[in-house]
Amino acid sequence: MTVTVRATGVGVVIDGVAILDDVSIEIVAGEVLALVGPNGAGKSTLLSVLGGDSKASSGVVEVDGRGIHSFTHLELARLRSVLTQENQVSFPFTVAEVVAMGRAPWERTPLRNDDETAIATALEAADVTHLTSRRYTSLSGGEKARVSLARVLAQRTPTVFLDEPTAALDLRHQEDVMTTARALAATGVAVVVVLHDLSLAAAYADRVALIAGGALRAVGTPVEVITAPMVSDVYGLAVEIHEQQGRPVVLPVRAQLAP
Amino acid sequence: MSRTLRGLALSTGLAVALVVAVVASSMVGQLPIAPTEVVGTLLRALGISNGWQPTDDLVEATLWVVRFPRVVMALAVGAALAVAGAVMQAIFGNPLAEPGVVGVSSGAALGASAAIVFGVTALGSWSIALFAFAGGLLATLLVYFVSRANGRTEVVTLLLTGIAINAFAGAGLAFLLFVGDTASREQVVFWQLGSLNGSLWNEVLIVAVITVAGLVAAFLLAPRYDLLALGERNARHLGVNVEALRVGSIVLVALLTGVAVAFCGIIAFVGLVVPHLIRMIIGPGHRYLIVASAVGGGALLTFADLLARTLVGGADLPIGMLTSLIGGPFFFYLLYRQRKRSGGWA
Repeated sequence: MTVTVRATGVGVVIDGVAILDDVSIEIVAGEVLALVGPNGAGKSTLLSVLGGDSKASSGVVEVDGRGIHSFTHLELARLRSVLTQENQVSFPFTVAEVVAMGRAPWERTPLRNDDETAIATALEAADVTHLTSRRYTSLSGGEKARVSLARVLAQRTPTVFLDEPTAALDLRHQEDVMTTARALAATGVAVVVVLHDLSLAAAYADRVALIAGGALRAVGTPVEVITAPMVSDVYGLAVEIHEQQGRPVVLPVRAQLAP
Repeated sequence: MSRTLRGLALSTGLAVALVVAVVASSMVGQLPIAPTEVVGTLLRALGISNGWQPTDDLVEATLWVVRFPRVVMALAVGAALAVAGAVMQAIFGNPLAEPGVVGVSSGAALGASAAIVFGVTALGSWSIALFAFAGGLLATLLVYFVSRANGRTEVVTLLLTGIAINAFAGAGLAFLLFVGDTASREQVVFWQLGSLNGSLWNEVLIVAVITVAGLVAAFLLAPRYDLLALGERNARHLGVNVEALRVGSIVLVALLTGVAVAFCGIIAFVGLVVPHLIRMIIGPGHRYLIVASAVGGGALLTFADLLARTLVGGADLPIGMLTSLIGGPFFFYLLYRQRKRSGGWA
């Protein structure tokens, strides 16, 4: 088991308010880790600390056993890639150009030779090969999200962070993205996915980390973490847990609707 | 037509435009000179003896003392302004950012005018350029830090900041006009209108050196500007040191604009029109954009200067007035299009 990124006792305080408190988590190669939790729980903050975007107020984040802020931007870009929630492009670059930008960290390295295959594979995996000559600015929200995913995949880093990659996507593409995440993990990549859909997280993740109120409430296999008492407590909503192929499916308990 | 093909067509077009602009601008004036004589003397300067070279000393003198410095100045200033525009648009992530529009040019003009009125000559012919650079840098920093929020620049904030800076610089210039003596007043007025009249070789050298250096820097940074189009966070995730790029680019814009303004005054809209047209033809990739903008800006300003010298017989129109006459309506068009596309002031 290879740990690519390790957070130990991470806390983030912004303007005197504790956003994250004493979070310790290991990101493991070959595994899909889902970060779930209610709105404002601190998922995005945790992701930005793990990805090196922001500094933790306390605790340490290490990549390959070294402090994350001791790396240069370029070194870090070769170790981890991040799919952000917002993906606007200021000028009308084509889809092909945008995805090729994912290869930028590998310029002037021997891996430059992989550019073509990396780009082609990424386009295929994100199902955007047919869009390559289109201008990014003319795409729909879901198409933009998939093209951005392709850019992140083309970067080919040992750790991949995906912040709500399914938010703008239709049902089929949601499943496609999660299948891609699994396939990526199967090649030895450490994949971290922030998700809102608990059933989706349960269906595809190897481990689920449940964040609430800035703290890590539970981490473990989907069956261990996604239980009715835990979800009801954290989300403040009564739920019933069903099961599909040994994985939990979460449904809210709904009052009888008026006819 | 593919972008490569269009790129090829554009390069050819720009090269032809550049040569025609240089030759035409050298021919026309109080003393008409044949195009063959222009080419002849240029070839001789390169050490190629030929049958076209002028025999009349007056023609020779007119070309080398009056017209050539002015043409080279137009090329350098046009290139400097167009590249400054392209770089500014890249770091603001906004195609409407331009040194003239957002007040960098007037900041630089204020600095240059202060140097004239208060008679600062400590650094010889570089003093005015240095003051212009300082004024331009201050204005760029101000615009940058005021108009950006959460890594983005809203069009409306950008333009409002430009209005504020232009108003302040305008007042500063008015004050300098008020306290200055007659001679310095005339010079300050010249700055406000912009002109390439009376360009001297030593000035041309300063502008050319800084323009070439700035162009090389912008070209080397071009791949990073491409990544910056993805937004600051994404650029950082791809290995770009965004903070360093930003600061370096601000200095670059101030340098290019400052040196242009120091010797030729405010020439607005070149940095807006040229990169925009080129982006429309070959797309937004910054490597080609910066090189093509430099050539296109040089050619455009040489043509504009030719018009400024010849439109009204016997008079030398201020070139800044001319570029604003053309650039103003173009700016309107861009605003209109952006509003229509994004449905508001996004």
